[in-house]
Amino acid sequence: MTSPEHWSSDVFREMKARDIRTVCTIPDGGLTQLLNMVKADPVHRLVTLTTEEEGIGIATGCWLGGERAMIAMQSSGVGNCINALGLPTALRTPCLMLVTMRGQWGEFNPWQVPMGQGTRPALEAMGVKCFPVDKAAEIGETFAAAADLAFHGGLSAAVLISQRVIGAKGFGQK
Amino acid sequence: MTTTSSTPASNKIQRRAFVAELLKRRGNALVIPGLGSPTWDTFASGDSPEYLYSWGGMGLAVPTALGVALAQPSRRVLALTGDGEMMMGIGSLAVVADQNPQNLAILVLDNEHFGETGRQTGLTANKVDLTAVARGFGIERTMTVTEEGKVGELAEFLFQGQGPALAVAKIALSEDPWRLPEKDGGTIARRFRMALGLETA
Repeated sequence: MTSPEHWSSDVFREMKARDIRTVCTIPDGGLTQLLNMVKADPVHRLVTLTTEEEGIGIATGCWLGGERAMIAMQSSGVGNCINALGLPTALRTPCLMLVTMRGQWGEFNPWQVPMGQGTRPALEAMGVKCFPVDKAAEIGETFAAAADLAFHGGLSAAVLISQRVIGAKGFGQK
Repeated sequence: MTTTSSTPASNKIQRRAFVAELLKRRGNALVIPGLGSPTWDTFASGDSPEYLYSWGGMGLAVPTALGVALAQPSRRVLALTGDGEMMMGIGSLAVVADQNPQNLAILVLDNEHFGETGRQTGLTANKVDLTAVARGFGIERTMTVTEEGKVGELAEFLFQGQGPALAVAKIALSEDPWRLPEKDGGTIARRFRMALGLETA
C-alpha cells in the first residue's frame, strides 16, 4: 500500500495552476514540506520575513505589480497581521493566507492557546473570509477555493489548517 | 543666535520643495509614499498614476514597495517614507537585503519627530542611525543628505544605481499646508495597475 501524497503537494499544484509565484513566510513546522517545495522550484520565490505583517505589504505590492503572492504562517502570526490587513481591504486588492493552527486540537503549550483560539474571530473582525479545513485530503481543494475567491474578487481569504491535520507537538511529554 | 526650530541645525531641508525637486528627476520610477506627510509631499509635487498614495498601514511602505519591485524588475521603485514609519517597519530592511532587488530604493524623510500626531520626539532624534542599521541588515548602498543642493546627487543615487539602496534626508520639522490626494484605495490601486498595463479602463 502506498501512502497518499502529502497535502502540501496538492496545495503546490493549485498554486502552480494559478501562477501564485511568491510565498512570504515566517515558517511553521506544519509548513515545512510546502516551503521546501517553493524553495526548490526556480519559478517560485520564497520571502522570509521578520514579522508576518510585512507579508501583507509584500503580497499587496506583488499584486499591484502584476504578480500573485500569498503569506504562509502559524496562527500566532495572524495576530501580528491585524492592522496590516486593512491595506488590501482599503485598496480592494487580493490577500491570500495559508495558516497552520496551534492552540487548538490537543495543544500541549498553553501559551499557544489564546492566539490560536482567537485566530478566526480576529481574521473575521478584519473582514477576512475564513476557510477552515480539518481533513488532509480536502486542503488542496479548500486552498483552491480560497485563492479563487481572493484573486477574482479582490478579497482577503485565509485557509486555516486544523492542528488535527498537523498534529500537536508533545515535547516528549505523556 | 536663537532658533525657533526644535530640530538640530543639521535638519534644515524643506521637505516639500525637496521632494518636488527629487521627483522631477525620477524618470519612470514608481513611487510608493508612506502614509501622512510623504503622501502629501508626493501629491503636492504633482499627481501621477505611478504614485501609490497611502492613508494607512503604518510600517508597510517598504514591504509594499518591495513587492512592487519584485513583480516589476524592469522598473525602478522608490519607497518614500518618514522616520516614524521606517522605525515601525525596521525589520523589513532585512527582508529587502535578503531579497536583494536591484531596482528598489528607499528614502527616509527624517525630521526626528512624529510630525502628524503632535510633533512628539522620535527615535532617530538621539541614538538611532538608520543608515548604520540598513548596512547592518545588509543594504550596502546608503547615503545621508543634509543639504538641499544635494538633490541631484540623491536622485542619481536613488534612481540610477544598482542594488537596494537607502538614503536618509535630514529634513526640518516644518508645518506645510495639507495637500490631500485621492483617498479611495480601490481607485489608487486600479489606476496604478492601469499605468503598468495590468488593467484596462
